[in-house]
Amino acid sequence: MKLAGVIALMGCETLSAAGDDVDVEAVVASDGMSEILAFSRPHALMLTGLTNIQSVRTAVVADVSAIVYVRDKRPEQKVLDLAVQNGIPIFVTSLGMFDSCGILYEAGLEGVM
Amino acid sequence: MSEELLSRSFTLHSHDFDRAGEISTEIKAMLKELGIDSQVIRRVVVVCFEAEMNVVMYADEGTLTFVLTDEDVGIEIADRGPGIGDLDRALEEGWSTATDEMREMGFGFGMGLPNIRRNSDSFDLRSEVGVGTTVTSRIRLDGLD
Repeated sequence: MKLAGVIALMGCETLSAAGDDVDVEAVVASDGMSEILAFSRPHALMLTGLTNIQSVRTAVVADVSAIVYVRDKRPEQKVLDLAVQNGIPIFVTSLGMFDSCGILYEAGLEGVM
Repeated sequence: MSEELLSRSFTLHSHDFDRAGEISTEIKAMLKELGIDSQVIRRVVVVCFEAEMNVVMYADEGTLTFVLTDEDVGIEIADRGPGIGDLDRALEEGWSTATDEMREMGFGFGMGLPNIRRNSDSFDLRSEVGVGTTVTSRIRLDGLD
């Protein structure tokens, strides 16, 4: 599934834009960064409520397609700057984690853990 | 006998949460530029990142030494700190001595050392209480687990 479609489904606001042709192959959803490191796979979409700098570092290490911060949580500017520097697209949705996962599951995406 | 291609050493500082992960990102870029297989890079970088976080969270200071040979990547993380009393428990998923502050960073859920071991082809953990801990990981370049 294309990232643009996923973002539209979740009504996301863009904080750091993605390229036109980014694929999302699965979803990894957690506030535990070690869980994401353990179970994520490349081109997964990362959903989290954790907006600190480690969320972006984890996204870089785990090679995710993008981060969506849930519950309208917004990162500080230094976190966004690091995401831009590392080419990680960032979005924010007002949906909670449960609803976000439900919508993505309905759309045919599967979780990685 | 394997041939050493590259060797680097980095210093890690206690509670430097903002910079934790910088070394892993640098190593990732270095290996990518050398054309190393992406799955191997991912395993190396997960090991380095978890190790960085462990030192930043628990130790007073540490050193990460990275050695690339024509056969594998060797990573040694040696810290000066409280050490680990029960190594078997420390390797159990979910067991942790993390504080709330560490958990707010998204770490400290008892996954760090198990993640390092899971991503290593060979793994060694040594510790002395009150002195420090050394983790050694080796990841083969042929990508076989």
